[in-house]
Amino acid sequence: MIYKGNAWKFGRDIDTDAIIPARYLKTSDPDELGRHCMEDADPEFMNKMKKGDIIVADENFGCGSSREHAPISIKAAGISCVIAKSFARIFYRNAINTGLAILESAEAVDGISAGDEIEVDTDKGEIKNLTTGAVYHAKPFPEFISNIIKQGGLISYVREKMRSQAG
Amino acid sequence: MGMTITEKILAAHAQQSSVTPGDLINVKLDLVLGNDITAPIAIKEFRQIGVEKVFDKDRVVIVPDHFAPNKDIDSAEQCKMVREFAYEQDLTNYFEVGRMGIEHALLPEQGLVGPGDAVIGADSHTCTYGALGAFSTGVGSTDLAAAMATGETWLKVPSSIKFVFKGQLNPMVTGKDLILYTIGKIGVDGALYQAMEFTGEAISALSMDSRLSMCNMAIEAGGKSGIIAPDEKTLDYVEGRAIRAFTVYGSDADAQYAQVFEWDVSDIELQVAFPHLPSNTRGISEAGDVIIDQVVIGSCTNGRLEDLRIAAQVLKGREVDKRIRCIIIPATQDIYRQAMKEGLLDIFVAAKAAVSTPTCGPCLGGHMGILAKGERALATTNRNFVGRMGHPGSEVYLSGPAVAAASAVAGKIISPDSL
Repeated sequence: MIYKGNAWKFGRDIDTDAIIPARYLKTSDPDELGRHCMEDADPEFMNKMKKGDIIVADENFGCGSSREHAPISIKAAGISCVIAKSFARIFYRNAINTGLAILESAEAVDGISAGDEIEVDTDKGEIKNLTTGAVYHAKPFPEFISNIIKQGGLISYVREKMRSQAG
Repeated sequence: MGMTITEKILAAHAQQSSVTPGDLINVKLDLVLGNDITAPIAIKEFRQIGVEKVFDKDRVVIVPDHFAPNKDIDSAEQCKMVREFAYEQDLTNYFEVGRMGIEHALLPEQGLVGPGDAVIGADSHTCTYGALGAFSTGVGSTDLAAAMATGETWLKVPSSIKFVFKGQLNPMVTGKDLILYTIGKIGVDGALYQAMEFTGEAISALSMDSRLSMCNMAIEAGGKSGIIAPDEKTLDYVEGRAIRAFTVYGSDADAQYAQVFEWDVSDIELQVAFPHLPSNTRGISEAGDVIIDQVVIGSCTNGRLEDLRIAAQVLKGREVDKRIRCIIIPATQDIYRQAMKEGLLDIFVAAKAAVSTPTCGPCLGGHMGILAKGERALATTNRNFVGRMGHPGSEVYLSGPAVAAASAVAGKIISPDSL
């Protein structure tokens, strides 16, 4: 997939309570969760961002709770992908499983300023800063995880696996 | 080459003779867990897989503990959905309000987890069960859905960090202080993707309750799991409780560690984590004058009997400051009942603390003690992120039960020695 959008920069240790506060966890409706995306990190975020924009953050993005509501909220808000120096491990799994595109690249995070226009090719793991002309390469996914992504997420992967075992 | 306890448990559950950090393996699970927040999404995803039944009705546990007893209509709908799924699947281990406790206190107490188990739960604090010598880790709802269907999950074998705690513990210092100290030293991503193995004479000296509260917060250092090799105390705890046969593993002398830390616990005093990260820790002697509005003693970290006994020891014959709301939440019904028998609840109520039925409630800003803008709480919980207990303009400080109880009396963060 190729995504194009403007960068929204965040610091390190953006936790899942900042991405989607627990006060909104009384529903799992993506649209409702999307309306409150990043609310406690930046209360105005949803008023400022536009569909397709990209979150760019430092280390340990998505730390804290296991709530899958976090990647669901980001995706439903219209964010096309998240680029970070590193991801907390449960968030990493949840993003893969829910089909939110994530890319790990410290160079890209350092080389992107707020508002820069970014183009991301998730198949190649290529991140282009169209504002500066710089090109970065994300850390590639292990083959096993690429297969889950290619099959459309964990549920399709498991469904196929169980079907082939039953057959 | 030798293996760590974590590598041995994972190898056994992947039906391999050995594993190496970085290996991607398929693991057979002894138990999978969900709650009223994470199970609703997992159930929807489970329906998409196309199987009728969970892999084993004895090994899928659902505990409505976060927004239960139902805090509002939406939460009631979520609890109703997981209840109906539990009935439909005839789950042996669904715990209704009245039987329910906070999941990570309840499962070890009920013997549902034992040494050598491999467990995943759709709750980040599932790492708690490492205190029993099990491998356990938190995942999201979709991973839970897949595990409910297959009884398996994929995992990357983590490298291990060894933490050696030497020396004699200072008075009233518990597992909570040791883990806050650890997170303060290595940071909130200091153990990212790694297993945290706690050893040393000071760990041997810790009660099971303290060990559970230490492993509980491995996730706050980014850890995949926390683990303590079983010893006599572990076996005393699990014997008579464990509902399945268990296996005791230990690390080989030549096991490989990514890092080794060695600390003398006689240097570790009672700890407090300042807003807004659990790594922002200070010794109580350096806490300064922090006026607070609320104290919460409870949660999957510190709502066990040892915690309540310590709180009662401090609160006995004293009263909570008039300005303070002190909320005490025994983590399970068994703990509640034992606290009643020991007279602890009487001490709390006499001290003008509010005692609640088990719930995660205020820890994640759910209910039972939400903070207004500008308010400050000291809690024995595990996270002090922005907005964690209520308004984004409120603050949460973290400590163990001794400091929390003393601070409720003083109205500010204080050591029990200063009362």
